[in-house]
Amino acid sequence: MNSRRIIPRVVWQGQVCDCIVEGDKIAELRPVGDTETSGKELVLLPGLIDCHTHLREPGQEHKEDINSGLTAAASGGFSNISCMANTVPVNDNAAVTSMMLQTAAACKPEGPALHPVGALSRGLAGKELAFMYELAQAGCIAFSNDGVPVSDSGLMRRAMEYSADLQVPVIDHCEDPDLSPEGVINEGLMSERLGLQGVPSISESIQVARDLLLASYLEVPVHLAHISRRESVELIHWAKNKGVPVSAETCPHYLLWTEEEVAGYDPLCKVNPPLGTADDVTALRQAVREGVIDILVTDHAPHAQFEKETPFSRAPNGISGLDTAMSLCWSLVEDDVLTQKDLVRLWCSRPAQIFGLRDNGFQPGDPADFLLFDPGDAWTPTLETMFSRGKNTPCLNRELPGRIRLNCRRGKALYGRFPQENS
Amino acid sequence: MEWTHKDLLSVTQLTSAEILDIFHLAQNFEEIGTRPIKKTPTLKGKSVLLFFAEPSTRTKTSFDIAAKRLSADTFSLATSGSSLEKGEDLRDTGLTLQAMQPDAIVIRHSQSGSADFLAQQLQCSVINAGDGWHAHPTQALLDGFSLYKLWGEFRGRTLLLLGDIAHSRVARSDIALFTKLGASVRLCGPRTLLPRYIADWPVKVYSDLEEACRGVDAVQCLRLQLERQQAGLLPSLREYATRFGLRSKHMELARPGAKIMHPGPMNRGIEIDSDLADSPESLILDQVSSGIAIRMTLLYLFLTSISRRSE
Repeated sequence: MNSRRIIPRVVWQGQVCDCIVEGDKIAELRPVGDTETSGKELVLLPGLIDCHTHLREPGQEHKEDINSGLTAAASGGFSNISCMANTVPVNDNAAVTSMMLQTAAACKPEGPALHPVGALSRGLAGKELAFMYELAQAGCIAFSNDGVPVSDSGLMRRAMEYSADLQVPVIDHCEDPDLSPEGVINEGLMSERLGLQGVPSISESIQVARDLLLASYLEVPVHLAHISRRESVELIHWAKNKGVPVSAETCPHYLLWTEEEVAGYDPLCKVNPPLGTADDVTALRQAVREGVIDILVTDHAPHAQFEKETPFSRAPNGISGLDTAMSLCWSLVEDDVLTQKDLVRLWCSRPAQIFGLRDNGFQPGDPADFLLFDPGDAWTPTLETMFSRGKNTPCLNRELPGRIRLNCRRGKALYGRFPQENS
Repeated sequence: MEWTHKDLLSVTQLTSAEILDIFHLAQNFEEIGTRPIKKTPTLKGKSVLLFFAEPSTRTKTSFDIAAKRLSADTFSLATSGSSLEKGEDLRDTGLTLQAMQPDAIVIRHSQSGSADFLAQQLQCSVINAGDGWHAHPTQALLDGFSLYKLWGEFRGRTLLLLGDIAHSRVARSDIALFTKLGASVRLCGPRTLLPRYIADWPVKVYSDLEEACRGVDAVQCLRLQLERQQAGLLPSLREYATRFGLRSKHMELARPGAKIMHPGPMNRGIEIDSDLADSPESLILDQVSSGIAIRMTLLYLFLTSISRRSE
């Protein structure tokens, strides 16, 4: 028996609606015509899709594991997430993929659903192709060498060709490792002032250019990970105008923060690619609005506290993002950088298209993957309030506007939080 | 039949009528192989130089037998310990060989274009027995002959070439020959083993083997050179075998009675299932005997046209 439930008076893109769910599907999204929003209604959004996280299991469970990562994802409004292959051992064979999927199914049978990304090269060593067919059969939805850039353009070509036949996207972490060997921060005034080794912006954009030219020449798709620099955006814009089959992502932290955050040598702001300049932020904001950059991802990179409590240059790269992504993006909506419609495109419909997942467009029969967001419920991510084992985010102990109240996947609650005064 | 060619460098130089004439003649020559005394005096006093600068067992032996059945004398150049290994260039080797006055030189060489190069330098006939990735015309002719004996007509027939197309002289020659004869040619292999501009070739390309096999009349499996994996073109031989190894489930999708071919040497269990290679539908051994008939025909055409020309 499919139970029919009504989620009354929620706001869908500015309009008060009743959302009617039947079993695991959307039955109807019915506008409530006569009323205006009181400002107190919860905001309805489709379940978010994060195609770039690091869940650290197997091998580095002191940073995060599949259970804690999926718990954080549930609290952050995600119904589907991908996890990168740089685990220990590397996810370059079906045994590791299956282990990830079995662990996820055992600890979170209702979701968020986990979609592993397989390694592009064996052991991420950048020398030989990984067993891509085997990985795809086992359930990998993309291939990437994320974390270890592929400097060999010949191998990159072969990987893109081989995976194109499998119709599985390749995600490239764009970085020329020879241009950024020891870099820890954007190369610029800040790196010079702080006396830290810089990463030049071209370290990213040269690799972006290479990938775009490969995709153009080979006529096969490529997806560019965590784009963070203006030149990269301009190159992608050029390629898309030419019809090159490219898609790209960036992260909330590149839309919000600049190298200025690093002024106090705060290792929580150390991330790869490093935070850019105000001009990069301007370019990226425009790019996500206009669709030059297709999707948002967290690049959730949890680390243990002790690992980040070390001098800046020694600290590992990465920002923990699953708990806070939606709240951070809401601050962009409040600042008129993004609209709610943009959020749906950047976090749901486009990622679903690129990676072949099902999203919820609130049409009858769509999967009932949705979240309720309370813009009035300000909260502060702290060691206690964050679900991820990694508390490494620049917004730790900073107040954020709005928070997830309910996250449902296939009609079942993954996470819910209803304070007393609201009942 | 009027034979005007000095050399055989590639299938592309032949007309479809010439190819069919070769097949007709080859049927007569094939009969010689079934006699108790497998020798005719047709080419008595002619000499054929077998210049194989790349390892070869079956092609070299096949030419050798073909020449000897027609009573021609054959001379082989050893590759190891030869002047080639000492770094002599191809032109000097060729001129030296010509000075020994053979009527034809059969050349196998790892460099594409080497047969053409030698043919330009020499007055005697040059028969290409495989040059690099470029051409292997006698292989394509024997493949065609094997099927001609069964089919008679190529129009309406579909041949699938399976495996490493990019680095295969057999594939290039087969495509040229079968399309010339009016058959449809399909290719199947990972994109990393297909030429980049394959879309411009007169073939249909498949990345899924089951789709590729649907309704075909014959499948020619190509040998996977094991070094392709080391060159980064394949994840592993196992994965190649899983995706592109021909098995009976694929042949069940082909037209009933579809034939299985392989130019050899086979990697059993990689590009072809072992049982399939030995099955009644396998033409693999017939390809070998067809090869002798085709090479007898070619030697006959080249060596008798020379004497006709000199008369």
